[in-house]
Amino acid sequence: MKPEINEKDLLEGLARNDRKAVETIYRDNYNMVQSLIINNNGSADEAKDIFQEAMIVLYEKVRAGNFELSCLIKTYVYSVSRRLWLKRLQQINRYQPDLDGTAETVGVEEELEAHERLNEEFGLMEKGLASLGEPCKSLLEAYYLQKRSMNEIAVAFGYTNADNAKTQKYKCLMRLKKIFFDQYKHREL
Amino acid sequence: MTQDTRMLDSVERYIRGEMLPDERVYFEQLRKTNAEVDQMVVEQTIFFQQMNRFNEWKKFKSSLLEIHTDLAQQGSIKSDKLKGGARVTYLWNRYKRTMAIAASIAGITAIGLSILINSYGPHKESPRLQALVSEVNHLKSVTRSLDNKIDNVDRKKADTVNTIIPKYNGTGFLIDTKGFMITNAHVVKNSRNIFVQNNKGEQFKAFVVKLDVNRDLAILKIDDDRFKTIGYLPYGLSKTAADIAEPIFTLGYPRDEIVYSEGYLSAKTGYNGDTLSCQIGIAANPGNSGGPVFDRNGEVIGILSTKETQAEGVVFAIQSKYIVQALDELKKDSLYHNIKVPLTSGLHGLDKVQQAKKVQDYVFMVKGD
Repeated sequence: MKPEINEKDLLEGLARNDRKAVETIYRDNYNMVQSLIINNNGSADEAKDIFQEAMIVLYEKVRAGNFELSCLIKTYVYSVSRRLWLKRLQQINRYQPDLDGTAETVGVEEELEAHERLNEEFGLMEKGLASLGEPCKSLLEAYYLQKRSMNEIAVAFGYTNADNAKTQKYKCLMRLKKIFFDQYKHREL
Repeated sequence: MTQDTRMLDSVERYIRGEMLPDERVYFEQLRKTNAEVDQMVVEQTIFFQQMNRFNEWKKFKSSLLEIHTDLAQQGSIKSDKLKGGARVTYLWNRYKRTMAIAASIAGITAIGLSILINSYGPHKESPRLQALVSEVNHLKSVTRSLDNKIDNVDRKKADTVNTIIPKYNGTGFLIDTKGFMITNAHVVKNSRNIFVQNNKGEQFKAFVVKLDVNRDLAILKIDDDRFKTIGYLPYGLSKTAADIAEPIFTLGYPRDEIVYSEGYLSAKTGYNGDTLSCQIGIAANPGNSGGPVFDRNGEVIGILSTKETQAEGVVFAIQSKYIVQALDELKKDSLYHNIKVPLTSGLHGLDKVQQAKKVQDYVFMVKGD
């Protein structure tokens, strides 16, 4: 069947963060999710948030090497969005037992649990980096995220030599790890 | 550079493949002989992987934002027109054409009909029409009285279903949205009929799915057409034990109304060092048995089960990990494999009033005769 091949291609593109694939999935599914949210007490901004989070859940799923959804992308995105929105409503005290909307759904609990964990972890990492302040934040980002070499970094940041930049980077990394784990433990209590 | 800095530098250059061949051979030798170095390589590799994922996650998020703006500008998705309370406008735009067509059709039909009626219809108000109206009115009143009768029958049926004289009273709480519930085995083990009642006073019939007298746990299932599957349970089951002095609270039915009490975890074991349970300091009375014990995050850490009669405020609760165990055993039965136990709580960071408000709908009185 042709559509299935297309779906698989789209998912593979999504895993690579291929602009065209992501855009196609976005265009084909956004309006559906927006109607769901708006028909159930939500605004367009909230619809955007929920839809993008659902896209991240799907992204995480395909990144884990799972290109074979048991259903159409449409059904999957709809199910995740629906679940996320129910949860959001409940958090902001607009809880309603069920949503209006008749489209077919599939179970997505496990993925959402994993997604929440990852979200929390990455959120803490983001906060940790931000609370480091400059130049630590940029230094670590240049090395660990942008993968630049220590020589380049030394020049860009104005250190007299790469060794001094390395010493600074070491200190920053230790601080980041400490902040990260302190936050992490605090949450766990 | 200090030695730690130099070590980290070597490890990172090794992982990133920046070492010269003979340096690499030397380092690999070192890795083999020095467990500490080896450990550092493993740890730092994991850290690199995490950072990579973090990076991709961030990139993906920002590309989503970009795509959204682009698509909205192209008009491929209907977004930015909707800012604020513009929903009516949105709906109007969306259905403008349909509505215009519908309106004109309605207009044409109305004009056509009135022409027809004027030319062919009776010019005086005929008694037949009058009669029809009163007949309709009569039919209306008949239906109304029928409706009333049906309502009465329903009410009676509900009443007869719910008349038992309970000999055993306790508390139970939902652990699955489809109506699976946990209580103590001692609450239900001698009962023929079991009913559960929520804090609004609605009663549902339930039956025992699993009785575990050793752990003093019972799993019930609500079996009643009037019970509607719940969208989401706000609390989760904790798999780990809480710490001493941690604040806790419980909800239960020592009387006909739901009652909140709070206390703290006193000891990690129960009566005479029993490892199945833990000791809590809380005011509890008969009827509290089977109630959930929540920690401050709104996670269920145990089930209130017994109290010491010789001393006040010495109460024991079965640790929640045994609920998880009992459920895992039950799930092996193919009939019950789809029980979904919530493991994360949505109550983090809320104050106690909010937490109690959110969970009280899922705590039931358990009655048996």
